Amino acid sequence: MQHNQTSPSIAGSADMTTDDVIRFEDVNKWFGTFHVLKNINLSVKSGEKIVICGPSGSGKSTVIRCVNQLETHQMGRILVNGREVHDDMKGLEQVRAEIGMVFQSFNLYPHLTVVENLTLAQIWVHKRPRKEAEERAHHFLKRVHIEEQAQKFPGQLSGGQQQRVAIARSLCANPKIMLFDEPTSALDPEMIKEVLDVMVELAEEGMTMVCVTHEMAFARKVANRVIFMDQGQIVEEAKPEVFFDAPKSDRARLFLSQVLQH
Amino acid sequence: MTDKLLTANAAIREQTGILPPAEGRLPPKVHTGPVDWIHRNLFPDWRQGLLTIVVLYLLYLSMPGLYNWAIGNATWAGDRADCVANGGACWAFVNARWGQFMYGFYPVAERWRVDLTFVLLIASVAPLLFPATPGKRWILGFALLVYPVIAFFLLYGGILGLPVVETARWGGFMLTLVVAISGMVGSLPLGILLALGRRSKMTSIRLFCTTFIELFRAVPLITVLFMASVMLPLFMPQGFTLDKLLRALLGVALFNGALMAEVIRGGLQAIPRGQYEAATASGMGYWRMMIFVILPQALRIVIPGIVNTYVAIIKDTTLVLIIGLFDLLGIVQAGIADSNWLSASVTKTGYVFAGMGFWVLCFGLSRYSMYLERRLNTGHNT
Repeated sequence: MQHNQTSPSIAGSADMTTDDVIRFEDVNKWFGTFHVLKNINLSVKSGEKIVICGPSGSGKSTVIRCVNQLETHQMGRILVNGREVHDDMKGLEQVRAEIGMVFQSFNLYPHLTVVENLTLAQIWVHKRPRKEAEERAHHFLKRVHIEEQAQKFPGQLSGGQQQRVAIARSLCANPKIMLFDEPTSALDPEMIKEVLDVMVELAEEGMTMVCVTHEMAFARKVANRVIFMDQGQIVEEAKPEVFFDAPKSDRARLFLSQVLQH
Repeated sequence: MTDKLLTANAAIREQTGILPPAEGRLPPKVHTGPVDWIHRNLFPDWRQGLLTIVVLYLLYLSMPGLYNWAIGNATWAGDRADCVANGGACWAFVNARWGQFMYGFYPVAERWRVDLTFVLLIASVAPLLFPATPGKRWILGFALLVYPVIAFFLLYGGILGLPVVETARWGGFMLTLVVAISGMVGSLPLGILLALGRRSKMTSIRLFCTTFIELFRAVPLITVLFMASVMLPLFMPQGFTLDKLLRALLGVALFNGALMAEVIRGGLQAIPRGQYEAATASGMGYWRMMIFVILPQALRIVIPGIVNTYVAIIKDTTLVLIIGLFDLLGIVQAGIADSNWLSASVTKTGYVFAGMGFWVLCFGLSRYSMYLERRLNTGHNT
């Protein structure tokens, strides 16, 4: 089938295995005088799945928002696919176009239909012909099990459906890295699973993923590493089974006892 | 299907005396018909019934007088003497001056050019007003880029053997439309650019736009028109003159662009930060983000404000009289002062006629904006 030949691979390019796709070197950031990120060092290899957790205000969202420079850092270096990124670099838009991002509040474009949400960046950033962009959109809508909603507006969908559309929208760009910023925090409990299922499928297909989430079961199942942050610092970095069963720091123990209570 | 259900329900009720379960029931009967309508809307209780009666009485008091003036005692043909004798509206005056009210001092032999311009305008704008039209992009491009050029040469002449008609001879309803439409078409893009500029991160652009907006917003339109008409030529290089009408059009567009900018800025501020972030994260640059994501939403929110400004533009066209241009109101006023017609009856009729002309334009615009708002509602703000 012709569709299979052109069908885009979800996993990023496979030739990146040798180097880190994301690398933070002594990154510091302040909001005004408030020191949000303190000497962050972090590296993510191609195909790795990282879960960042920690209490609110610990800087975990800020870390992933620095990857595509939605937030700018003031000290240190951030490398994405071997290229240093900073706020006034040339080609920042190109770097961003290769990173998918899923937000807590979905951020679908409410004035466009679902399929138009998926084709907009394809047509105007990736310069694909409309027809090809639409084929691709339908392909990924099918992947997130929501193809029948293609002609609806975001306002007509449930939260879980909207978030799956948002994931499909990011995937349409053929990203090498996917960033998830608390993707299930704004969802009703019965809708969390449908979004996590899609994320698990994505992980199984080999996508490089950095997720800020409180879903500890998801972290245990999918993550290669869990990063625990508190007060702008990385406090612990460990394999999920080690982190969950034997956290080293008191802060992590306290956090886990609060999160896992229910 | 429903019929079967009804029969089944009736049978159940008859046999058992019990209402069938909820999913088998129909919604409660909706009242229809004129009697029900009057009951629900005019006499739902004694207080509202009383109000209805009071309003009906007021209509009874005022309507016959209005009818007698506008129709009963009106003069449809004749001269001043007939109008004075009949005492009602003097439609004969409007009739006699119709050509002037519509075209100003445009030469009679060339008035077909104005008609053609107007027909072309309707033909190129009407298809845009309805969602189902195919190839809208091309029609819009024609209406915005090609049409103004055609309209200018048709009205002004000077090519293809069309005799030149100086803008000083333009007037009446035609001039009202020319000023209003150029004001609307000019002020929206100018307003968008100024609104974006005022929110720009670049200090020089922000400073320029803010100054421009605050300067034009803080003076009356009459001042701007006076400046455009009297002061502007003083700053022009020797031998370079700008047509008086063109100066007025520029003044109207700049003034209303400043007002429009603040309306649009209100819409921009209502767009959540997440929309900017989603567009930025997908790799869109500033202009693509604005054009495809932010502005469509922002403009939709401020449709009522934009239409408000448009209605004001239409009515403000009457101010061009100040600089010696005769719009619809101006030409009617000039006609009233004509010694052949001068009388109280003609004066009243003239002002009522001019008022109706503006009312039709503004009311039509406001109805269209309501239709637009309903159609563009995609359910996200409910």
